[in-house]
Amino acid sequence: MAAFALKINGQTRQVDVDPNTPLLWAIRDGAGLMGTKYGCGVAQCGACTVYVDGQTVRSCSLPVSAVGNSEVTTIEGLDSKEAKAVQAAWVALDVPQCGYCQSGQIMSATALLNLNPAPTDRDIDLAMNGNICRCATYVRIRAAIHGAAKTLEG
Amino acid sequence: MTVHDKATTALSRRSLLKGGAGLVLGAYVVRADRLLAQAPAAPKINIAPNTFLIIKPDNTVTVLSKGIEFGQGPFTGMATLVAEELDADWSQMRADHAPSNPELYKNLAFGIQGTGGSTAIANSYIQMRQVGAAARQMLVAAAAETWQVPAGEITVENGVIKHASGKEGRFGEFAEKAMAMPAPADPKLKDPSSFKLIGKEGVVKRLDSADKTNGKAFYTLDINEPDMLTVLVARSPKFGGKVASFDATAAKAVAGVVDVKQVPTGIAVYAKGFWPAKMGREALKIVWDDSKAEKRGSAELLQQFRGLSKTPGKVVKAQGDFDGSMAKGGRVVEVEYVFPYLAHAAMEPLNAYLKWDGDSAYARYGCQFPTPDHMAISKVLGLPIEKVKIDVLLAGGSFGRRAQQTTHQAVELAEVAKAIGPGKGVKLVWTREDDMRGGYYRPYSIHRMRGVVRDGKIEAWSDTIVSQSIMKGSFFEAVMFKDGLDPTSYEGSHETPYEVANFKCDMHQVDVGVPVLWWRSVGHTHTGYAVEAFVDELLEAAGKDPVEGRLELMANKKPRHAGVLKAVAELADWKNYKVPEGRARGVAVVESFNTFVAQVVELSMTDDGPKVHKVWCAVDCGVAVNPDIIRSQMEGGIGFGLGHILYAEQTLDAGRPVAGNFDTYRSLRINEMPEIEVTIVKSTEKPSGVGEPGVPPLGPAVANAMAKLGIGRPRQLPVVPGASA
Repeated sequence: MAAFALKINGQTRQVDVDPNTPLLWAIRDGAGLMGTKYGCGVAQCGACTVYVDGQTVRSCSLPVSAVGNSEVTTIEGLDSKEAKAVQAAWVALDVPQCGYCQSGQIMSATALLNLNPAPTDRDIDLAMNGNICRCATYVRIRAAIHGAAKTLEG
Repeated sequence: MTVHDKATTALSRRSLLKGGAGLVLGAYVVRADRLLAQAPAAPKINIAPNTFLIIKPDNTVTVLSKGIEFGQGPFTGMATLVAEELDADWSQMRADHAPSNPELYKNLAFGIQGTGGSTAIANSYIQMRQVGAAARQMLVAAAAETWQVPAGEITVENGVIKHASGKEGRFGEFAEKAMAMPAPADPKLKDPSSFKLIGKEGVVKRLDSADKTNGKAFYTLDINEPDMLTVLVARSPKFGGKVASFDATAAKAVAGVVDVKQVPTGIAVYAKGFWPAKMGREALKIVWDDSKAEKRGSAELLQQFRGLSKTPGKVVKAQGDFDGSMAKGGRVVEVEYVFPYLAHAAMEPLNAYLKWDGDSAYARYGCQFPTPDHMAISKVLGLPIEKVKIDVLLAGGSFGRRAQQTTHQAVELAEVAKAIGPGKGVKLVWTREDDMRGGYYRPYSIHRMRGVVRDGKIEAWSDTIVSQSIMKGSFFEAVMFKDGLDPTSYEGSHETPYEVANFKCDMHQVDVGVPVLWWRSVGHTHTGYAVEAFVDELLEAAGKDPVEGRLELMANKKPRHAGVLKAVAELADWKNYKVPEGRARGVAVVESFNTFVAQVVELSMTDDGPKVHKVWCAVDCGVAVNPDIIRSQMEGGIGFGLGHILYAEQTLDAGRPVAGNFDTYRSLRINEMPEIEVTIVKSTEKPSGVGEPGVPPLGPAVANAMAKLGIGRPRQLPVVPGASA
């Protein structure tokens, strides 16, 4: 066990875990933030997607000891205008079914719009194909990303 | 704590269990016993608003859903039915799960509390409207008494109660008085022509969308009680294996591991959090006794199943003279379809929480079958039924996996709690690999189809099924089996929508030591494919158009099948559309769970197998309660069906399930998702379910399109074998 001071969503959180513990479990069991989900543990499904210094990361596969002083952002800390547009578009189209993968989907979709304000279908495929949705809400995810892009365009 | 515990006004937990917990739960035991004794009883239908609704001073109306919400929409559906008759405003509606209490919350289609078979709306359509109508009548009576005016002069609209005198109020202020009144026995329901919510577009939005976009939606895995232990169980790598011996020394040395205990299913590691539990489990040394384990591999199963399929099975249904007709010759077609084991692989792996203090137990999880689970937990812990409480939580998908005929998860949960002793909350977690390799798959199945076409007419048809029973050995067997066979193995095969004079459906029910379970659309996952790919093949041999040929075979006797088939043909412009070069279309129509779905698929071939560009879908589910949820379930069913038809299989290597995660069990991803267009056929029939019926037609429609491209219909699924590895 070792103590880590993680910067999550602008706050410093002390977690006492084994250094090899994936960031996901430091966030969930250590910091008690439950919005970031466990789906596969091997960076295949994207349910655990967070930002580390603004970059999307599969938190299930990043040891907490590698995070250092980096800023971690989870679904609970999303507050950019892109994120709000994405969430609003998701609600407008009733995208979620079971909802379990959607934190990860929202993180990836927001990251996409941060980089590319007007993504094509192909851009969406490339940016979002690391996020599995077993309910297959993909048709609406695609439509909601286009919808959010349109909102942001103003 | 869930919303029904928090209710402070009209409803408390005490009034929820009105009549006394002992009485209610005592009746539950009787009912459950009757279920086991196969004694059908006319269910007494509970419509008491104070058991289903929590109306708060802020005017919110929370509907307690009998069915679990895992994406298919019962929260929104139940609230729609109530709000319609209550004349509530949609913005005041909320929903949560009803706790385990079969007397109050039984599924009227099952007689126990549980979700499955796409029954949520079908079994609640009248009941939940009556709840809303009764509540409305009681609120009006309460307002009339308060205002001292005749009830008949009061109107209710959009959540506002009004009297001509100008008096006006909302539900919250009359709720306490209203809910104390006796509920009317037979409240009057609206004529469908005056519906404002049911069947209307754009009025009703899902109640759970916002929380599912901001991380607030609360699932079982999110339970994080102060002294809770996270538990992982090391189970036998082969089904039926037992622990011969184990050494937990290294596991106990892992920081964060609290204890290690043997339980009937394996070795349980108790830790402070998931990661130490996982590390602890990896440090266990276990010797397994495989003497009674299933040790066959997929190739051996295929050989056995294939051999059996060539011999006559037990006849499920026969008419005319199949053998005689075949003997007359003509264009004989014989094909074999092989269907793999499939894991459900819901995004949230199995998990459950239980706190046992020695005298009572409180479980919280995404429980799909509360009644059997309730009985199982009380039995393992030796507690009276009324000392066990189950609160149902949102689940991250199920596709059938959480509806456990064996109650295996509830039993293991209770065993894990029992092994460490009372006082500690335990959260039993399955990793993705546990979930994927843990069995309870869609059964491995073979269909051998034989038929003959003479003079452009299908004269004979037979379907020999080899499959494993889902219900055998469970409490469902006594209630559901027909002539010793499990109908969920042949549903859809023994009664097709097509008139063929000489018909036979027979079956070999095989025992395999791999636990199997219903998987989104159950038997129709394979019977739908077998029937619809085969009819297409025979129609091709007869020189008929796939749509026209099917309609002819329905012989005007299957209006709802024909209705969706015509509707999808029109939607896709089947007759006139010029399919682009390199692409082809296929069609299929399947009835499942009283819902009729037809789909047209357009695809082309790539190095990675078929690329499905677009799917057109027509659905007839009777009265369409929530059109947008129906569309979303068709979209999801198509995606779910497509991913498995193309890519997914669980194979066995000397009894060990091979695929353990999404790297070896390939799931559909967004770049593989087709465009989808759905039309809902208008109907005044009773509403039926939509959670499962979108799945079955997709596979055969893909196969039929592949045949049109000249590749042929896949005989063994998945279409892209080895895609996973």
